[in-house]
This record gives sequence, C-alpha cells and structure tokens, in this order.
Amino acid sequence: MKHICLYFQVHQPFRLRIYRFFDIGVSHEYYHELNNRTLFQRIARKCYLPMNALLKHLIEKWGPERFSVAFAISGSALEQMQFYGPEVLESFQALHQTGGVEIVGETYAHSLSCLKSRREFERQVKKHIETIERLFSTTPKIFRNTELVYYDEVARWVSELGFEGMLAEGADTLLGWRSPNYLYESAAAPLKLLLRHYRFSDDIAFRFSNREWSEWPLTAEKYAGWLSALPSEQKLVNLFMDYETFGEHQWADTGIFEFFEHWVNLMLSEGRGTFVTPSWILEAYQPVAKLSVPMPLSWADSERDLTAWLGNELQTDAFETLYALEPLVENEEDPSIWRDWLRLQTSDHFYYMCTKFFSDGDVHKYFNPYNSPYEAYVTYMNVLADFRQRLLGKAQERG
Amino acid sequence: MRVLMLGWEFPPRIAGGLGVACYGLVRGLAYHKVQVTFVMPFRSGDEPLNGYKLLGAHEIEIPRSWAVPLPPFWHHITFYGVKTALGPYLELLTYPEVLFESVQERMVWTQQEEALRLEFSGRYGPDLLSEVYRYAYAVSHLAERETFDIIHAHDWLTYLGGLWLKAKTGKPLVVHVHATEYDRSGDNPNPEVRSIEQMGFEGADLIIAVSFYTRSVVAEKYGIPLDKIWAIHNAVLPKDRQPLQRPPSKQKVVTFLGRVTHQKGPEYFVEAAARLAPYVPEAHFVMAGTGDLLRSVIRRVAQLRLGARFSFTGFLPPPEVERLFDLSDVYVMPSVSEPFGISALEALRAGVPVIVSRQSGVAEVLPHALKVDFWDVDGLADLIYGVLQYKGIRPFFIRYAQAELSQLQWERSSARVIEAYKSLLR
Repeated sequence: MKHICLYFQVHQPFRLRIYRFFDIGVSHEYYHELNNRTLFQRIARKCYLPMNALLKHLIEKWGPERFSVAFAISGSALEQMQFYGPEVLESFQALHQTGGVEIVGETYAHSLSCLKSRREFERQVKKHIETIERLFSTTPKIFRNTELVYYDEVARWVSELGFEGMLAEGADTLLGWRSPNYLYESAAAPLKLLLRHYRFSDDIAFRFSNREWSEWPLTAEKYAGWLSALPSEQKLVNLFMDYETFGEHQWADTGIFEFFEHWVNLMLSEGRGTFVTPSWILEAYQPVAKLSVPMPLSWADSERDLTAWLGNELQTDAFETLYALEPLVENEEDPSIWRDWLRLQTSDHFYYMCTKFFSDGDVHKYFNPYNSPYEAYVTYMNVLADFRQRLLGKAQERG
Repeated sequence: MRVLMLGWEFPPRIAGGLGVACYGLVRGLAYHKVQVTFVMPFRSGDEPLNGYKLLGAHEIEIPRSWAVPLPPFWHHITFYGVKTALGPYLELLTYPEVLFESVQERMVWTQQEEALRLEFSGRYGPDLLSEVYRYAYAVSHLAERETFDIIHAHDWLTYLGGLWLKAKTGKPLVVHVHATEYDRSGDNPNPEVRSIEQMGFEGADLIIAVSFYTRSVVAEKYGIPLDKIWAIHNAVLPKDRQPLQRPPSKQKVVTFLGRVTHQKGPEYFVEAAARLAPYVPEAHFVMAGTGDLLRSVIRRVAQLRLGARFSFTGFLPPPEVERLFDLSDVYVMPSVSEPFGISALEALRAGVPVIVSRQSGVAEVLPHALKVDFWDVDGLADLIYGVLQYKGIRPFFIRYAQAELSQLQWERSSARVIEAYKSLLR
C-alpha cells in the first residue's frame, strides 16, 4: 500500500513582444497580448479544462480521502486565467471545492527572487498567499519554490514565513544512497521536506510518448507494477510535474489522459495505494533524517542546478541588471511599475536565454517564442532599459 | 592518391572566399599525404607552397595547330546573343570562333616554333568568359603530361577544363560548388554561366557543395539528384598572429565586408545602420569591398545623411582585412544568398562577434552565431544594438563560438573530401 503524492505546477509567463531598441522610451507595452492569449487558451482547451474534469471525476468517484492532489498556481497564471479565461479559474475553484485539492504556496511571479533579495522573495510569497486566500479561501501551509529551487537559507526564510513543509527535488547529489520515498526535514529550519521521485515523475512528464524509450509504450499496469515493486518500507512516492504534461507536453492522442485515469483506478481498486496531499503526509509521517543543502538545487535538466536560468553570461547579465532596479521600484507606488516588476522577474525570461541547446534543448524549445537566446536576451534587455528609464523619470519627478 | 585540381584563385591574389577555401583545402589534403597539383590561370611565383604543386595555365605548352580538336560536350553549350558584363564577345561571335579567336589573340610564341603558350590575367575582367575558354583549352593538354587519379574543379570557371580532361582521360571528375549563378545573380542568372554550371554538374561524377544550403540549391535549381551531392563545409586555418592593440576610442565599429553586390545584401546593412545611427551615436559603419551596387549604396547613405558615419574602404587585401577585424566590434554578413561565407569564420577567429543571415551556409556550422533573416532590417539592427550596448553577448559569444571554431579544421574537411574521392575510385 503506497501513499502517492501528486503535485502539479500550473504556470504561464507573460511573454514579451518583439521590443526593439527604438521602442525604448517610446512604448511601455512589453507583452505579446495575442501570443499570451492564444497560448493560454490553447493550453486551457488541451490541458487545464479536460484534466480538471478528469481529476474532478476521480475525486468524486473515490472520495478525497482516497484521491487527492496538490497544485501550485503561479500569480501570473492566475492573472491570465482572469484575463483570458475566467472559466478556467472557475474550473480550478470548483475542483478545489471538492475537498480533494491542496493549494501550495509559491512566489507570485514564479521568480528566482530568493537568489537575489529576501525582501522581494517575501513580498512575492505574501502576495501569492493573499491571492490564494482571495480566490480559493484557503491558506497554503506547504511551499514550493520556482523550479523546486531549494537550499538551506531559503528553507529558513520559508519556515519563518509560517510554512510547515516544502517540496524539493529528490536529486542524487542531495540524497546519495538514501531514497526520496520518505519524509525528510531541513537541517536548517523546522521545515519538513517532500522530495520528488524524479525517475517515476519524468516517466510520465518527459518519457511517456517517447518511442525511443525502451519502456514505450508505458501502460497503467506496467507503471503501477513499478510502484508496487518498491520495497514495502518505502511507502511514500512523490510525483511532481508540470500540469501541462497532460494534453500539452504529451498530447491527448498519446493516450496520456486514458493512461492517467486507468492507472489511478488500478491503484485504488486493487488497494495498491491511495493518493494523498502534502499536508496529510506531514500529519501521518515522521521525518527520517535531516538534510543539509548549502547550494541551490532545482528540478531542471540532468544537472539539477540553476544553469538553465543562470548558466551563461546573457542570463547573469540580465538577472543582475533586473535586480539592480529593486531599490528604485521600492520607492514607487504606481501599480503599473509593480505589475511590470513582477512580470519581468518570471523565470521563463531567463530560460529563453538558455544555451544548453543540445542536451536538454527539446524541453527548452517548448513555448519558447524566440529563435535564439540572443534574441531573447536583446529583447529582454531592451524592455529593461525602458523600465529603468521609467523608474529614473519618476525618481526625477519627485526630485 | 594524385589529384589534378583546377582553381581560379590562390593566395596572395584573392577576390573572395574561393581562393581562401582552395588554399585551406590543398593544405588539408597535403596533411593527409594526397598529392595535389593545383592549376590556376596565372601563377606569379609568390604563392605559398606547403606540400603541393602549383601550376599556371600560362605555363602549359600547347602544340601549334589551328585545328582545335573539340570534345563532344562542347556541342551542348547553348549560346545566347545577350550582351552581358561577363561575356561581351558573345554578341559578335558564335562558337567555335569564340574559342578560336580567344586562343589566337593572346597567343605568345615560345622558343619552339611548334608550341605556343596562352596568356592569362587571372582576374575577373570583362573578358572573363574568353579566359575561361582559354583556360579549359590549356588545361586539357595536361591529360598527356600529368598523371592523376582524380580531377577536382572549383566553380564554373574551371568546369569546362575539368570536363575536357575527363573526356580525354576517363578519370573521375569532382566539381566543387563554392557558389552558383543563382547566389551571384539572384533569379536572373547569366545563361552562359548557368549552362556551364549545368554541364559541370551533369558531367561530374560527384559534386561537393560547401553547405547543405548550397546542396539544396544545386538540387533544386539544376535538377541534380541529391545523392550525387556531398555537403562538405569549409573550415578556417588556425590563427597565426596576435591581434593589434586597439587605440583607445569610444567609437564602436560595425563592419560589413564582402563584394558590394546583390548577393551580399549591402542595402540591408545600410538600412539597419540608418535605424541604429540615432540611437548609438558612437557607432561607426565600415563597408569594405567593392561591386556593382557600391554607387547606389553610397547614394543611399548620402540620402540618409549618414555620410559622416560611414567609411567605404574599397577592396581590402587579406592583411588589411585582419586589421579591420581587430578594430571591429561586430561583423555583419546580411547575405541574401551565401553558399558558405568563410569571412564569418575569419571574423570569429579574430574574436569578433558575428551576425549572419539565416540564408548563409556558415550558419549551419555555427549554432552559436547570431542569426537573422536578411530582409529583417529591424531584427538585424536590434542584434547589432544588443552586441554594442549590452555586455552579456560578447564574452558569451567568444567562449562558445571559439569552441565551435576549433572544430572547423581543414584537416577534417579534407578527410571528407578524401572519402568522396575514394567513393569514386572503388
């Protein structure tokens, strides 16, 4: 009997429009309205709405005590739902109403702010909590950082913000001989850690439709068999993935929806496992060990580090230039300044500048509006130059 | 293995990438112990020698005879009475008088009364076409004098010579495409040149194209089956000099280098400069090269009131090209159609960030180069702006692109050429 913790990440960035240097100081419209709208609506049609319906069906069929899931929904994704698809937000709210959904906290802008500024990190976490409270009438107790970035210092901050547990990557470098299939605790703060089982998670998220994969096609029976074959003392399995896996990264015609439904039914009908939330695990389990992580870990690529966002000179220059503006932003009350400040922090912008073309390039290309990391960088820097000019102009007005 | 190689350019007298590529290739082949005799129209004696033999077509003795025996393929040449810059003779004469006349007019008697030698300029002048015919006639006499296993002819200028040699000896012919007439002239190819290319491609046993881009042009525009065409990319010789110290200056130099012709897209460079100039006052634009569009480009620059921001250097010999790269902040190659674009590699070798058009073969071997569609003037201007104004690109680019560059060695490209030879000799 396994306890399976399904956690889904829902996030959409505000992608930038083609913003040339001659737009600097002329236009403050940074976002590609049409692209953002059509992409969101496509993803809603192919993933959010059908998968929400499936999850709702499963929760109602088995009851939340046997089938529950967790979500983190970024602030920018919630904004897009409100702008581009209110019915999507309603669908998530209805799903939450079933009692089978735990909402997890994160940074509002899906940002890597923790690496640069504790003040900004905390502002965003609080803004996200307020938004979740307003839209879902619940207060998150569990935290997940952008791209599962985790290290000791951020654990302390998260704990001091009142969270009881945090999601992290079950990276080999962190665990060594240990298994991710237990509850752990931070060595730096009173904070429980749930670690992603990356192989089982990526079997669904990345490999499901890959015909080169020796295990293709992945059937519900085969997958359930793998989980059951885990040593009986390893009861907990954390499967964390992008929600867009269902219907978007893996299209419907790969059979992903049928696979998921069949697998859930199989696990439950044969009594091989139940699907639980992070908070339930914190109640039910005792941590087996304290883990210390001095350097940031993430869930990305084979390295599980930050090189997908901050691995080259383009990314670090853009990142440094952005956060150098924080003191100027903090003087402002203009909501459009704060809106852009948040949207420009979204980690996707830095991901588009990633140059690891060959190893993990396939994943990086998805939804990437640019032909090259240079275009991504130049466009972003042009926008930042305009944003900076606006800030300086406002500072000057005030004298 | 012995190769008789027919080329038009060789250092130090080069007009573009053709001579640079031929030099790199013969050096690479020499490295692999292939014996190459490289025959160019005119040899002055100051060419570098590195394990290969050089021969000028003007040195080939030709038996004195008025009856020129013509190989059968000549009769396939179609002649059009069109006045062109390349072949002004053709409106007056029809073949075989063309050949005959041109042989006759430039003959120089040697000591023996029975033999003659032809004169060649080795330049791209108005009588280029007659020089092409004379060259073919001269090199055809190497059939009896040289021993070789393979004939390898570079670009249309030497295809007729290659075909003639093949007809005489039965040895396999490789033609090497550095550019096609469609690259040079867009969709209005010179019919004479095009028909020589067509004959070369059809008559060759194997075609080497300098990029996949060119391979597809040869297949599509000339109807040649793809399996006959190998794409073998050019490379670059290792750096053999230290860069010059730049004088301290706030000026940022944006460089265009190449023939100022339709193929190289100079107009797009000027339009991008016009977008950029008001925003980057320290930017200075250099156009190095000459060509039929130079006048109209200069007129356009004047019309845009950008004269003070532009330098036109005319054609630069290789040492000055190196100096120009040392002074450049970014090299722009907005070619409309570029089979390869070896100068992009030379700029990289000098540590200069390179922006190339997606319509260039060199883009295939430089995943990290900055790329833009040639017609996207705003996009081009934006990339130049990014290189000049934002400090992230330069260090990043140098690191990655240099690594890519180190993979592009002539030893490697030559090894592929040898593979191609071997496939014919089996």
